[in-house]
Amino acid sequence: MDPIASHSLDFFDSDLSVNSKTVARSLTNRILSGVCITLSLLTMVPLVSIIFLLLEKGLPLLGAGIFTELPPAAGMTGGGFGNAILGTLVMVGIGLAVSAPAGILSAIFINEYAPTSRLAQTVRLVAKLLTGIPSIICGVFAFAVVVMATGTFSAYAGGLALAVLMLPTILLTSEQALMGVQSAYREAAYGLGATRFQTIARVVLPDAFPAIMTGVMLAVARAAGETAPLIFTALFSQFWAKSLNEPTASLSVLIYNFSTVPFPHQIAMAWTASLVLVAFVTLANITAQTIFSRKN
Amino acid sequence: MQTSKEAPEKMTTDQSISPERPDFISVKDFNFFYGKKQALHAINMDIPERQVTALIGPSGCGKSTLLRNFNRMNELIDGVHHEGDIRILGKSIYDKGIEVISLRRSIGMVFQKSNPFPKSIYENVVFALRISGTSKKSELDECVERSLRGAALWNEVKDRLHESALGLSGGQMQRLCIARAIANRPKVLLMDEPCSALDPIATVKVEELIRELKQQFTIVIVTHNMQQATRCSDKTAFFYLGKLVEYADTQKIFSNPSEKQTEDYITGRFG
Repeated sequence: MDPIASHSLDFFDSDLSVNSKTVARSLTNRILSGVCITLSLLTMVPLVSIIFLLLEKGLPLLGAGIFTELPPAAGMTGGGFGNAILGTLVMVGIGLAVSAPAGILSAIFINEYAPTSRLAQTVRLVAKLLTGIPSIICGVFAFAVVVMATGTFSAYAGGLALAVLMLPTILLTSEQALMGVQSAYREAAYGLGATRFQTIARVVLPDAFPAIMTGVMLAVARAAGETAPLIFTALFSQFWAKSLNEPTASLSVLIYNFSTVPFPHQIAMAWTASLVLVAFVTLANITAQTIFSRKN
Repeated sequence: MQTSKEAPEKMTTDQSISPERPDFISVKDFNFFYGKKQALHAINMDIPERQVTALIGPSGCGKSTLLRNFNRMNELIDGVHHEGDIRILGKSIYDKGIEVISLRRSIGMVFQKSNPFPKSIYENVVFALRISGTSKKSELDECVERSLRGAALWNEVKDRLHESALGLSGGQMQRLCIARAIANRPKVLLMDEPCSALDPIATVKVEELIRELKQQFTIVIVTHNMQQATRCSDKTAFFYLGKLVEYADTQKIFSNPSEKQTEDYITGRFG
């Protein structure tokens, strides 16, 4: 009936002298703590060694020219990858312009308007499934929809592929953010005669905003580093893009291309591009964390 | 504002602009259902103007459900329906011509747990005005001072109106919620256990406030605290299992109840 009784936990009843049972217990405790601490330290090894490696191999070429010049032709030295940085920013921007409104508005619908409706349940399920779709499939999708239709690789196509990739992250984190808003706030607003729209616009969204922005920044950080969706859609270019409707360079594809050629300068440049990309992604992540922690 | 010490049972004749209606709110054969479960059974009661009416009874007896019907807050829950009618000033709140939004704007509500918005004190008070489209600064300023004075909070917060409301103490937050509820000059003030999360000193302040506010508002208060009902209400309604068991002057309910159930409840024999 009472399993605790058999262990004689009563402070006054039990024999307080050290016995074999308490020794074993304390030993197990120490071993487990040791294992946990060791494993925690081990998880930091990959990140620290990546950063160390990137700094070691990427720093030598890092200079102002990297950000403003075009990539060198095969076998040549000098140059930079300004067009790839710009291309990444532009395509992430297009992806964000498509996925952020769609994701946030869908989240508002499924959390505020009709949380139990069949449509909301379907949207939620589809978003969850979409998070598991390999990024290369997003690329194939944008290839079929945009590249095949327009007949050219473009920043539009790359942006759309990234949008598909970002959408579920933004939608699901926004939904979590809205769920985190106390229902007492909604009740107070309705009690004062606010309409549903007023309640959402004046009370719910302002309170959820930092958490929504965190989700958006995490989606940006992930999309910026993706290569696979861009190879099929934006391809690459040695030149500054003159429009959004032509092949566009990006950091991730540049790293992929340059790291597979037999020229030492290009390989060194791929390292530098990796360093810049990781710095960019880290900055996005830190911004997200800062915004979120300011709320609390 | 100074005459609140004695909390006179009758309004003094010199202040009354119009005669008080004994049936300011009138509940007629009212049944209420959450899905198939009936929460209120054939409630009939008249709530008098500018008095405090307390709804008491054990948890789940339907007193909060009734309170939340006066401004149709229950309709935010799926699958509810009602039978019968509730009239305020003779007008059915379920009338086809009545918009639930305007009904809620003319009835203030204070909740069990104080729930100021995570905004400044100022913005909390003017919320009701902002959502009805008022943005003139002089009007908003006037409303903030009037409402905060009305809620006996002005002197404590007048120097930090633009600081976050979440920095106030629990009792101040609840009085801020009262200020917010009266900002739009409602006719009725509904209070759902407004002191249950407050310490005794903050409770005393809110109770004093309730006695003052009844000079302007018709107040309905749900409470678990029977001393509170005796201290600040004029009439008391005792609910049990979704039925209105007894409804009379507070003094009579607590000194000489007609029903055995009421007596058992107020003497603590059950509930």
